[in-house]
This record gives sequence, C-alpha cells and structure tokens, in this order.
Amino acid sequence: MSARRRMRLDNAGTDLPVLLPGAERLADRARRDRLVGTMPRLHWTHGAVLAGLIVLWAGMAEAQTGAAEPGVFDALFRWMPLLLEGFGFNILISFMSMAIGTAVGVALGLGQISLLAPVRGSSWLVTQFFRNAPWLVLLFFVMFMMPFEFVVFGTVIPFPDWIKATIGLALPVMANVSEIVRGAVMSVPSGQWESSESLAFNRRQTLFMIILPQCIKRMIPPWMNLYAILTMATVLASIVGVSEMMTLTRRALAAEQNAFTLLVPFYGFVLLCFFAYCYPIARFTLYLERRYHVIT
Amino acid sequence: MDGIEAWFLDLYHTTGINLTIVYDAFDRERFLRGLLNTVVLSVICLVFSVIIGILGAWLLGARQAIPRRFVQAYVQFFRNTPPLVQMYFFFFALGPLFMTTVERQVGQMVFVSETPLLTSFHWAVISLSFFAGAFNVEIFRSGIEAVPRSTIEAAEALGMSRWQIYLDVILPLAFRICLPALNNNLVNLVKTTTLAYAIAVPELLYMSNQIWSDSVNVPEMMTVLLFVYVGLVAILVFAMQRWERAMKLPGFGT
Repeated sequence: MSARRRMRLDNAGTDLPVLLPGAERLADRARRDRLVGTMPRLHWTHGAVLAGLIVLWAGMAEAQTGAAEPGVFDALFRWMPLLLEGFGFNILISFMSMAIGTAVGVALGLGQISLLAPVRGSSWLVTQFFRNAPWLVLLFFVMFMMPFEFVVFGTVIPFPDWIKATIGLALPVMANVSEIVRGAVMSVPSGQWESSESLAFNRRQTLFMIILPQCIKRMIPPWMNLYAILTMATVLASIVGVSEMMTLTRRALAAEQNAFTLLVPFYGFVLLCFFAYCYPIARFTLYLERRYHVIT
Repeated sequence: MDGIEAWFLDLYHTTGINLTIVYDAFDRERFLRGLLNTVVLSVICLVFSVIIGILGAWLLGARQAIPRRFVQAYVQFFRNTPPLVQMYFFFFALGPLFMTTVERQVGQMVFVSETPLLTSFHWAVISLSFFAGAFNVEIFRSGIEAVPRSTIEAAEALGMSRWQIYLDVILPLAFRICLPALNNNLVNLVKTTTLAYAIAVPELLYMSNQIWSDSVNVPEMMTVLLFVYVGLVAILVFAMQRWERAMKLPGFGT
C-alpha cells in the first residue's frame, strides 16, 4: 500500500519534457488507476440495483403465477417478520461468539509471545490447530461432544443447542484473534522495546503501557474483518439444527410447499440481509485500514 | 494388515473405542472415498477460482466502465454474503431452473421424468469457485498493482509491447507478490469445501456422518475427522510455505 502510494506520488511528475512520448500513456494509466486503484468503489446505489434485481425477479415470478395462487410479495411479506427475527438471532450468536473468542484469543495471543517456552509452544499449537480446522467440523465437534446439560451440585444447568453453536463458532474466532494479536505485537518496531527498556520499564509495563496501546489501532481492522466472517459463518448453525435465519427460511419454504416461484426471492432475501449487514462493516474496515495505515 | 485390523477390533472389544474405518472394509472404503472427493472438489474449485480471479483482475483493468463495475459488484456481493447461503441459493433456488427430461423405457412403457441437469457436486463446484474467485480477483489485482511502476517503465524503455510487458514482466512478478495471499485463500477454500455437506455432496464430512450414523461411534469419528482435516490443511500449509519461500522476491517486501 505504501509502495503504491509512493509510486503514485512519483507519477505526478510525468509531464517532464523528457518523458513526453510515454507521458500521455502513463497519465492515462494513472487516471485509470485512480479510478480502479483502491478497493472497488462501490456505492450504495449498487446495493439498490441488487435489491432492484431481486424485486424484479420476484415481480416476474409474481406475473407468472396465476391469479388463484398467492403472490410472491404476499408470501415474502408474510414471512418477513419471522425471517428477520431469525436474522436477529444470527447477530446475537455472532456477538456472543465474538466476545468469547476475543477474550480467550487475546489471552492465547499474549501466550504466543510469552518468554516461557512451554507457554509459547502450547499457545502456538492450540492456535494453529483451531485455525486450520474447518469451521463446520469444529461446530459439529462441539455440537456432538458437549452435553446438553450440566449438573453442578445437584442443580441442572441446561445447555441449549444455540449456546453450543456459539461456543463452536468461538473456537476458530479465538485462534484467529490470537494470530491477530501476535501479528500486531510483532509489527511494532523493535526499537520501541529497546527504548522502553532503556527507560527502565519492565516487560509487563512495556507490553501494557507501550506496545499494546499501539497494537489496538492495528488490530481493529482485521478484527472487524473477522467479525464479518463470523457473522457469515453463523449460518452454519442451521446445518446442526439451530433455528436461525436459514433454518427458518427453509421451514417457511416448506410451509409454502416449496413453491417454485418462491425459491429465488426467499434465498435472495437471505443473501440481501447478510449483504446489507456485512457490506457496511467491510467498507468501514477499509476506511479504518486506510486511516490507521502506518507509512513505513 | 490383518494384524492391524485384529488389533483395532480387539481395541473395540476391550476399551469400546470403535474405529470402524480401520477394521471394517466397507466403512474404510467410504471414508477414503470421502477423502478423495474432498481432494477432488478442492482441486477443481482451486483451478476454477484461479481462472475466475485472473479473468476478474484483467477485467478490472479494462478501459470501459461496465465490465469494471460488473466485476466490482460481483466481488463485493460474494465477499459479503455467507458461502453457505450462496450454496443454498445456487442449489435450491437456481437448481430447479435447470431441469432436463429423461425418458426411460421399461418394457412397453416409457417413463418421462424430470431430473436436474447438474448434480449437487456440480453446484458445489460452481458456488465454491465463485466464492473463492471473488477473493482471488482482489488478490490478483493487488498483486498486479504492486509491481513497481519503474519496472514497467524500464520494460517500456526496452521497447516491449503492452502484451509482452503484461505477459513477461507484470504477471510473473505479480504472481510472486501475491502468492502468500493466494495460498491463504486456497487453504480457506479447502476448509470451505466442508459446506458441500449441506447439499449432500459425498465429501469427507458427509461420509463421516454416514459412518457415525451407521456405526454409532460419534466421538471416535469426530476426533478422527478433526485430526484428518487439520492434518490435511497442515500438509497444505507446510507445502505452500515452502513454495512461498522458494518463490520469494529477493529484496521485495519484508
């Protein structure tokens, strides 16, 4: 990124007389780069176009259905409150997994930079293990291997499936957060460690007063990116039977006898909900990334 | 071989740890077929997603706005929606649109039935390729952009044509620059193939599910499955990292 930015600065001076033959082409390319250069520039209008397309499709389907059959929009509006409630449940699961995963992951990440070799090694192993396992397999693992209730001193603590799903999703989040923390600490120049040492800070003080405050800025964009990924992964809970949006959508479709014309609008609606939620997060992450970008 | 099988059978009788995939030929065959399907699915999706990535990155550099906008919309859409919902959308919503009629003659009677044109495996390939391809577009684009301008200018000064510069200078450099990111995405793709379970593609997770449903050995199969996947991905990551080190551009980046 920084290299690119520097290059762009260099290109500003291509109108030197010596470079005239190539200058026009280069200026043209620079102009095009400015257009495409940074991340794809998407506008809210694109989302609107997408929504329009789905509405159009639904409309076409509506036009095809006979007068006797219920319309596509009718069905969609009838089911929408339920589906949105399911979406809210997805978001709840994502919040909780993120909270658990971040809390444990930060501890694990600090373990990875510990000076004690056994702590460092075991943290690394745990991180790598959960990072390399597919999300769905971990979810299955937790769903099947955890009891549905705990008995503590005679009281039964129920453990519903959605909490198990939350824990199952928190495991990969934990490993990824651990890597984010480690990467952020590593990215702080070693001069910072040395100068704080020369100012007689001990290791803990250095870490908590000098290194970590700088890391937070660097960690926020990847952390938000991870949150977007997690939100999209909450749909996996439908495979293991949690009543979230996807499960409810399929049940709603089943209740409508899987009417041929309803399939595309309903699944499209689910896609659109997630897009509407994740896209602003992605944009904001990008903005933060650009803002916090350290020019080295 | 018999000794190993006998040992695992004995393990089952003495401890109750039931690893049918070792001593039972049928389960073993199912498990290995699942593993093979996962590998095949991953490789096919990998090839298609790289093709999509290259095409998309090329279109992003087009002069006309329409192909550029189209690719941008595609990338953003597939990056910001859950891959599972994409797969369901493809399989359940678009699948029924592609039907074909099959005529079967049984004796004097002719049966005409509607069957899907594409199987669940095909739809898994399509949706996973598009999903991974969306990320690849971004990766290739950033790789192409990271090629130093001065290198391209030097190539121009040597009188190379646009096409030559693209093929002989930009692409080889861009490939080596974006290899780490590309590998990350491909590893991710292998992990995402587990989603094909949801549309009944007989890959490793699906086969394991069948085995533990038949043999009622959920804990054992779960553990085996987890370790097989971690092992599979670990081998891939290890190989990729070696490759990355071999292909690293000297003096570029950190």
